Amino acid sequence: MIVFASCIILFLIGLYAIVTKRNLIKIAIGFVLIEYAINLFFALVGFKRGALAPIITQLDTPHNFVDPIPQALVLTAIVIALGTTALMLTIILRIYSRYKTFDIAEIKKLKG
Amino acid sequence: MSFIPMFFALPLISAFLIPILGKIYKPLAWLVSTVVSLVLFILALYGIAVTQQLPMIVYKMGNWPPPLGIVMAFDSFSAFMVLIISIIVFTGSLFSFRYMSNYTGQWKFYTLFMLMTAGMMGICITGDLFNMFVFLEIAAISSYALVAFGVGAEELEASFKYIVMGEIGGLTFLLAIAFIYAKTSTLNLADISTSLQVIRHTTFFWMTLGMMLFAFSIKAALVPFHSWLPDAYPAAPAPISSLLAGICTKVFGIYTTARIVFNVFGLTRANEPMVFNILIGLGLLSIAFAGLTALNQNDYKRLLAYSSISQVGFIMLGFGIGNYYGVVGAILYILAHGLAKGLLFLTSGSVVHATGTRDLQKLAGLGERMPTTAWSFRIGALSVIGLPPLVGFFAKLLIIMGAIKAGFIWLAIIAIVLSVLSLAYLLRIENSVFMKKGKIDAKKAPFTMRIAMVFLVVLIVLLGIGFQPIIDFIVGPAAHALLRGLEYSHLVFGSFTTNF
Repeated sequence: MIVFASCIILFLIGLYAIVTKRNLIKIAIGFVLIEYAINLFFALVGFKRGALAPIITQLDTPHNFVDPIPQALVLTAIVIALGTTALMLTIILRIYSRYKTFDIAEIKKLKG
Repeated sequence: MSFIPMFFALPLISAFLIPILGKIYKPLAWLVSTVVSLVLFILALYGIAVTQQLPMIVYKMGNWPPPLGIVMAFDSFSAFMVLIISIIVFTGSLFSFRYMSNYTGQWKFYTLFMLMTAGMMGICITGDLFNMFVFLEIAAISSYALVAFGVGAEELEASFKYIVMGEIGGLTFLLAIAFIYAKTSTLNLADISTSLQVIRHTTFFWMTLGMMLFAFSIKAALVPFHSWLPDAYPAAPAPISSLLAGICTKVFGIYTTARIVFNVFGLTRANEPMVFNILIGLGLLSIAFAGLTALNQNDYKRLLAYSSISQVGFIMLGFGIGNYYGVVGAILYILAHGLAKGLLFLTSGSVVHATGTRDLQKLAGLGERMPTTAWSFRIGALSVIGLPPLVGFFAKLLIIMGAIKAGFIWLAIIAIVLSVLSLAYLLRIENSVFMKKGKIDAKKAPFTMRIAMVFLVVLIVLLGIGFQPIIDFIVGPAAHALLRGLEYSHLVFGSFTTNF
């Protein structure tokens, strides 16, 4: 149970970074933390102590397998996270070249 | 060969063809995206025709039976959403031909445009929760990039805000999926809905529902979570604003909410009034707050953006009422608002293209110089306000009827009073841009732009006049698909595996 709770704590740390930090790069790091937390949570959902990879070689293999689906999902989620993180960092760099700062308090042409 | 995977396969293939074809001959990129969206429109009409007879068509990816493999579950509500997406994508693509000629790297625009289409189509036809997340992210990532397409300081800032809010929503959805998988060991929507009934009324059930509603409220830009939208819409190129305002928020936020609440969690107003009251509350808050803020805007597109938040509130209100009339009204409102707000954003694009500004103080006297744009704006605005022969009127009427039938007389009165707000803010644009006398350099809108606008005007008028068949054949079945609730899972499992 403690490992699951620590995932949620990691998620909250990431959320904290996004909400309170003023530096754009730190906000991006907050997102990376959240993605880690969720991926870890997914991987732990399918985990079973002492279980094997689900490769059936003989029909009479004992059924003590790790659930493979969360691993496949984590792979997909990592690819998506890669896409969003790359896009976010690109936009941060472009913002830097326009405003010459990473501080969100100084980047406010728009009112929200 | 089934037609269902075509809805996302065609735009996905064309998204990867466009960079190659655009390199060979530039206008080919535009041609491919327009032709593909037209084909999607025809396919969507075929889908509507097919769903008249079959309540549910299931396409099994790789021929794995439902709980094991990914399925595409295509019912009347999906068919309806696919139809409205294809209409707005077609007009947006048509409009882009001249509008995007000011920008460099057009093939990038059309690639992202088609990717976004593929993502939205996928959300509407998938029957798998994780698959829904993947499509949501495909569409969302391309929309983030499209908002920043101008790469000016404002566009980048708007896009960053949009990414931050959108990703908080998307990642919360992913965490909710992880929780659901941990508890039910399945990702198939139909299978989840049967498993969830066992653990109904537990903390877990309400927690996952709350996380999903939070995620979708961000995506739909309902009021406490709306801060990204008024920046993102004005920053995006006009065809993209039209796409974002017309359908994106509905597909990302409204469609997903409706599908999850009605079909997967199996809630109805009779058994869980609390959830529906929350939806009504969110709806009312959006209508009132965004409507009042819109009155105070001096930017053409920013005003329309606030107006769009306010209108999405009406849709949520309809779903929150939760009886047949409310849901039919909400679904018709998706159609009415998609067409009207798509059209209004296209007129804003046409004005910006002609004059180079969207400041309401500077614009004047365009009513005589750009008659097509002005009249398109008027028809679209009248439909949003809810004038009788237009489709927007019937949508509002049905929602208000639903409120009265459900016994919320006060709600009906509030909805009528608040819809006057839309008259007030749209008249501001009409007054200052089209009616006021003044001199500003403007040329007439190019031919393709006018075609796109006129197409939407004709649809708004026609659907308004012939609204009875629309209710009977398109919107009514879609509402039944939602209101049959948990029967959804029986249909997915026991459904035809015909050649459709």
